[in-house]
Amino acid sequence: MSKLKITKGTKYIVKKDAIESLLTLLKEQKFKTIGPTIRDNTIIYDELEKISDLPIGITDIHEAGSYHLKKRDDKAFFGYNVGPFSVKKYLFPPRLTILKTKRVDGKIRIIKENEKVEKLAFFGIKPCELQAILIQDKIFIEGEYIDNYYKEQRDKLFIVTTNCTEAGSSCFCTSTHSGPEAKNGFDIAVTELIDSGGHNFMIEAGTKAGLKILKELPVSQLTESEIQSAAQKLESASNNMEKYLVTDNLKELLLENLNHPHWADIAKRCLSCGNCTMVCPTCFCSNIEDVTSLSGEDNERIRTWDSCFSMEYSYIHGGAVRATIKSRYRQWMTHKLASWQEQFDTLGCIGCGRCIVWCPVGIDITEETKKIQEQVTAQAEQSAQMEN
Amino acid sequence: MHLSNNKPIDTQITSAAFTPEMLVIKRVRKETEDTFTIELVAETGETSFKFKPGQFNMLYVHGCGEVPISISGNPNRTDKLVHTIRMVGAVTRAIRRLKIGDMLGVRGPYGSHWPIEKAEGKDIVVVAGGIGLAPLRPIVYHMLNNRERYKRISILYGTRMPSDIIFLKELESLRGRFDVDLYVTVDRADKTWMGNVGVVTTLIKKTNFDPSNTTAFLCGPEIMMRYTAIALQQQELAPENIYVSLERNMKCGVGLCGHCQYTGKIICKDGPVFNYDSVKDLIKKREI
Amino acid sequence: MKNLESYLAEHPFLRGMDKKHIELIVGCAKNVRINPGEYLFHEGDEADLFYFIRDGRLAMEVFRPQKGGIIFQTLGHNDVLGWSWLVAPYVRHFDCRAIEVTRAIALDGNCLRKKCDDDHELGYDMMKRFVNLMEDELMALRLQLLDIYDAPIK
Repeated sequence: MSKLKITKGTKYIVKKDAIESLLTLLKEQKFKTIGPTIRDNTIIYDELEKISDLPIGITDIHEAGSYHLKKRDDKAFFGYNVGPFSVKKYLFPPRLTILKTKRVDGKIRIIKENEKVEKLAFFGIKPCELQAILIQDKIFIEGEYIDNYYKEQRDKLFIVTTNCTEAGSSCFCTSTHSGPEAKNGFDIAVTELIDSGGHNFMIEAGTKAGLKILKELPVSQLTESEIQSAAQKLESASNNMEKYLVTDNLKELLLENLNHPHWADIAKRCLSCGNCTMVCPTCFCSNIEDVTSLSGEDNERIRTWDSCFSMEYSYIHGGAVRATIKSRYRQWMTHKLASWQEQFDTLGCIGCGRCIVWCPVGIDITEETKKIQEQVTAQAEQSAQMEN
Repeated sequence: MHLSNNKPIDTQITSAAFTPEMLVIKRVRKETEDTFTIELVAETGETSFKFKPGQFNMLYVHGCGEVPISISGNPNRTDKLVHTIRMVGAVTRAIRRLKIGDMLGVRGPYGSHWPIEKAEGKDIVVVAGGIGLAPLRPIVYHMLNNRERYKRISILYGTRMPSDIIFLKELESLRGRFDVDLYVTVDRADKTWMGNVGVVTTLIKKTNFDPSNTTAFLCGPEIMMRYTAIALQQQELAPENIYVSLERNMKCGVGLCGHCQYTGKIICKDGPVFNYDSVKDLIKKREI
Repeated sequence: MKNLESYLAEHPFLRGMDKKHIELIVGCAKNVRINPGEYLFHEGDEADLFYFIRDGRLAMEVFRPQKGGIIFQTLGHNDVLGWSWLVAPYVRHFDCRAIEVTRAIALDGNCLRKKCDDDHELGYDMMKRFVNLMEDELMALRLQLLDIYDAPIK
């Protein structure tokens, strides 16, 4: 064992085999380990049995409305960006029974069941994904009312985040301050380094629980060249990010322009399919439906993911409040980028670009925002000129 | 008994936030063809429901669904829970079909309330449209329970037709009082109707109030509240002194499901009662 | 006459009107009283008068065969009734029936029209006030048309 004193918040270096040890350690501690793996030609999150379940040597290529996998030149463990599914489904399941009732002798009784949630470890989620969890924490456990399921699962969660050393073509996390390097919220953070020095990982513990595990790993002190190499990789990921989101006065820009003609322009393209809301790691809207046994005696209330793109979403007696696609797209985008700030004091966007990649017609939230900004600015200049 | 909003968190998956209290229907009274009032009590008989005027409950019919309904009873009467409901969908219809002794799930009370304390020492103008009188009835009770705390009280109520008037008996007894001005109007009537005809906004200029010292409470269809607020402002009442109760689709009632967003506001949590000044720009916009 | 003049000068509809114009108007005014069930006028009558209602309640009706009189507006204390005296050919478009004992001040439209023709300052002032009244009534009517409370659910 090394005599090195291991502390929280300090970065160390481990060889790639230590990543496998990390997975094993978590499994020994009865964590169900969830990480990236390949299914149906996409990288999704699912249970990892062994390190070879990772998409080793594979990367993902995205553009607006397109996604495919490609072989890498190296054997990187985490050499991809984001797939269609986020880890949202583990804390906020797409279907969850929230209440069971039963009719007994004409009386309605609430059935109490104590289902236990499992210990979960997210193994290798990206910093933007981690930011999404921190945002959902504000919604589900930091408000006046608490989502019990979310809280319980969150309390039993261990997070290993993997910093991004390459930017995807639809990434814009530098605009949303959610990457390429995770700043907080992780138990353990790793940065993959493949260079002349071999295949190593820079590693850091962010919590006591993370530190405990880190102490079990064969870590060594970082060398000056490793520090430089990591910094350079993270910096190049930032610098290579081509996309950016307008964030200056974004809230005012959108909320003061709810009647802007550009919303109608987007609506001509938008199919109102709701894909963007399903892939978004922060979207939290849900519906509740009742499922009743044939006898009518037993009933389950089931919470399901919902989308503000559906007509039913805004239904009140008589009809939908948002009957047009224009108003539904506007609701989604203004919520994500503007009213979210009023509600939760943060952007609802983490810059992962999933809504762009998985939009069947390739609507790009960053481009649409830019267009509104450009048109608003141009108009303001025009009226300023007229006044002069 | 306290309703479930502050239940301790336990380990069951059924989230405390979504677990109703099962109450028993004690009375059902028909108000109009499509509107009725129900009274609920606890199964044990020991009942203590505290709420503030303007708040709502989520009412749950086993096997059917849940709807947000404002509380329409007297806030002093904590021995029963009163809701006045218009049949507009599957769940409200299912509630109407329940019989005395049947059970209804209740979660709440939720949401903001009419600022009745802030309105003390002032003239009060209550403007209700249609079923919008139900969420306003608790303030009318409160003001009558504490009549000395308020100056002139005017209640303006508009409905579609004379047969749509709810709380008829109570309105008749209000008309007999010298310390409350009640104006009722309908949009259309036949010759047997002896009262006012015309939209509720036409009553504003007939109402006596001191615009520098008045609070107005509005509830009804959004369009009615919009134009009533305009009519009140024409009488020099400042938007800060006007309150409205807004409505959007609600699934959870506790700010978790996202449905009732009104841009930055979440109606079930930040509303349903809002100061008009804070929503006056939005309320003019379409499909928010 | 003095009584009529002070009443009209204080009426909200004429608030702020020049004293000399009030005097001109008073010359065309008289008191009227109508009992419940009586008609102040019928559709098709000559619209020679308009009214400042002091108290009581009047129903504006339109008659439909088989349906009887449908009331679309009621008027009472402080309301001003009638603008047909301003619009040729000066005929009534609706029936007006008293629901309660109603007292009002009637103004002779023919008389006032002449005065307005002679004194355009008075005419413009009156016109502005009546346009306001028309706008109020038009707004109310538009809202009424919208059927904002929705039809009863069957």
